[in-house]
Amino acid sequence: MAEAVDYKQIGTRPIRPDGVDKVTGRARFGADLVLPNMIHGKVLRSPHAHAKIISIDLSPALAMDGVMAAISGADFPGGGIEGEASGEGGGSLDDIARNVIARDKVLYHGHAIAAVAAATPAIADAALAAIKVEYEVLPPVLDVVAAMAEDSPLVDENCYTNLPEKPAKPSNIANIGKLERGNVEEGFEQADVIIEREYKVPMAHQGYIEPHACVANIDETGRGSVWCCTQGHFEFRTATARILGKNVADLKFIASEIGGGFGGKTVVYLEPLAVMLSERANRPVKMAMSREEVFRATGPTSGTVTRVKLGVKNDGTITAAKTWSAFEAGAFAGAPTMPGIMAIYAPYDLENFSVEAFDVLVNKPKVAAYRAPGAPQTMHAFECALDEAALALDMDPIDIRLHNAADEGTTAPYGPKFPPIGFKACLQAAKNHPNYTKPVPEGAGRGVSAGFWFNIGMQSSAEVHINENGTVMVIEGSPDIGGSRASMALMAAETLGVNYEDVRAQVGDTESTGFCNVTGGSRTTFATGMAVTQACEDVIAECKKRAAMTWGVDEDQVEWQDGSVVPGPGVNAEVKPMTLAELAGKAAKTGGPIQGRASVNAQGAGASFSVNFADLTVDTETGKVDVLSFTAIQDAGTAIHPAYVEGQMQGGAAQGIGWALNEEYIFDDNGVMQNAGFLDYRIPVASDLPMIETQIIEVPNPSHPYGVRGVGETPIVAPLAACSNAVSRAVGKRLTDLPLSPPNVLAQLDA
Amino acid sequence: MAKIVFPDSFLAYTDGVRETESDVRVYRDLVRELSARWPALQEKLERTAVAIDGQIYQDAFLETINPDSEVFFMARIEGG
Repeated sequence: MAEAVDYKQIGTRPIRPDGVDKVTGRARFGADLVLPNMIHGKVLRSPHAHAKIISIDLSPALAMDGVMAAISGADFPGGGIEGEASGEGGGSLDDIARNVIARDKVLYHGHAIAAVAAATPAIADAALAAIKVEYEVLPPVLDVVAAMAEDSPLVDENCYTNLPEKPAKPSNIANIGKLERGNVEEGFEQADVIIEREYKVPMAHQGYIEPHACVANIDETGRGSVWCCTQGHFEFRTATARILGKNVADLKFIASEIGGGFGGKTVVYLEPLAVMLSERANRPVKMAMSREEVFRATGPTSGTVTRVKLGVKNDGTITAAKTWSAFEAGAFAGAPTMPGIMAIYAPYDLENFSVEAFDVLVNKPKVAAYRAPGAPQTMHAFECALDEAALALDMDPIDIRLHNAADEGTTAPYGPKFPPIGFKACLQAAKNHPNYTKPVPEGAGRGVSAGFWFNIGMQSSAEVHINENGTVMVIEGSPDIGGSRASMALMAAETLGVNYEDVRAQVGDTESTGFCNVTGGSRTTFATGMAVTQACEDVIAECKKRAAMTWGVDEDQVEWQDGSVVPGPGVNAEVKPMTLAELAGKAAKTGGPIQGRASVNAQGAGASFSVNFADLTVDTETGKVDVLSFTAIQDAGTAIHPAYVEGQMQGGAAQGIGWALNEEYIFDDNGVMQNAGFLDYRIPVASDLPMIETQIIEVPNPSHPYGVRGVGETPIVAPLAACSNAVSRAVGKRLTDLPLSPPNVLAQLDA
Repeated sequence: MAKIVFPDSFLAYTDGVRETESDVRVYRDLVRELSARWPALQEKLERTAVAIDGQIYQDAFLETINPDSEVFFMARIEGG
């Protein structure tokens, strides 16, 4: 483990720079922009989960007063769009284009089939009602396991399982992922205890509070700007341009403030429609989804059916593990099967395992990334099986995990050996935690689970400008979802040796800074932070050059200390240090404004592990589950802004608890979601939860200048099994199907 | 010779070969070598992540491969 470093800025907890605007309502989100002559766009959505589109007649809408544009799939370029969408399971841009607006078939209830732009929202609604659409209704494919059968109706007649040799027949199974090591059957023969069960995790939504919204303003030349809430405006620009056959240089994308994304705002829905409507109407067009549209037509995450067989010896050693998992992809391929199977066993050092997962089309909304995509579903199953094994062996659930825990040098299930990781440190911290050493409350069950996510790097750019008074402007292109402007400012302040208050961080639009991949994958503090740090080092190099010029010495005789250039050993004693402000004030005489820049494709992201434990009670009369306490422990590498790390851990825990206890898409037999609103799709509110207690473990990532690992994804993984395990222990029976909502709990207790 | 390991999803393109060796010193040259040996593998190599001595690269190109290196190809991760 690396030695602790005494940072001056990193590790402090300054107030976030966007905080005042957000609490006063001044912050402008996706739907807050108003432009002169702006009109309003709306989307007509399919009333059927699966149907052929026989005809669409837009003319009644176009004939209405106040209607300025109406479009359908026929107005868009045909197929063959190259490239992939961002975010896990984003899928091909060709599929995204058909998800943005249907062409020959509608593939889920709520699938967009036409759009209009009109002077007022009310006129737009009336125009949608005037559009005539003729359908041939087809049977919907709704059950993931049934969809895998050879005789199942097909969601897409052109979908063939992605195998080296094209199968003879199309299938709803788009992709198959598989990992294996050792000899599973021999491993099971060595086991003293075998656990074998099937677990279900429902389709769930990211539940961001801000619905998707944008304003497109395209001029008569086809050029213009798009203001939108997004996790990545550069990749939104790419996707929109390709779907419309435009040059990316003709579109400027500006990221608004964002009210949550969690992976769901990595793909476009409205933006291509708004651009085309604006271009046709020659007016700015605002589009904003209702909550119902968000539920029906934007990315949930996959529901899964997972079967686990686990073998352990009496001392707790895992001898073999075998998993089969079916993932709902929704209407287009792209369920997060690979990260799911790569994550499932990642916390453990296993000799024998296999895991196989299927990416299955069903007539439901196309899934999109959601925090640690795929990992909560598969790891829920394995962590539940491991808990049942611990019960069978009368072994502490943390001890069985410690006994099998991966560590530095362990070969990860997906191939490479782990560099330094913090899983054992998390387990030890959990075991020593006062919430764990105290007795389980009367009538409650205590559940333990591990969590894991890989974290990623990818491309980021940053510029750092020094103002004439020595204050610092950081410009980068990663939309700030979780406080990244504060983290960037902290890393810049630390690198330059200045105060946090002297640094301002801004998210630039696509014409103001270099390319950045989406804010996702827990990459921003890691990768964009790396770019910011390198841009600051570029500034320092420039400052040394200016000082050398001023002092008449060589650059290598100048050093940088605490925000100043200082003469190195051997330089004339008369030479006095100069602060960044003094250098900036004389910049006109030494070459002009001082600035630095950097672009990176950051490699070496460090995996982040977690351990959660929780005490839950169950009212066996009503099935209601209450969370008495919840403790989240996670390796963050270095916590740049610990309060934001804790916030990520608490937010992920709240989402994971919601998924475990209440959240699910409920469809009727026709594939119509029955609970498309926050009254019926119940995410946890403050009164549902205790204070989520957190403990940050810091095992620095050696690949980052400040040891960052990334923290946003991992926190949602462990809560599912922590809750399942707590409930199962509380009632003395293994409950396998989420959510553990009152009716589901009662049904499983009665089964 | 560096040890090169393929995931299950590559085996259909490598004639079932899960593990091989190479004496190249740069990742770019490893891709060329493997693509020459198994032409159908080239497209997959363009879209894969790789771990070289435990370090995961989403977009490797000029990374050094030492004679004792372990190189694992793996699915790209993007996250949410």
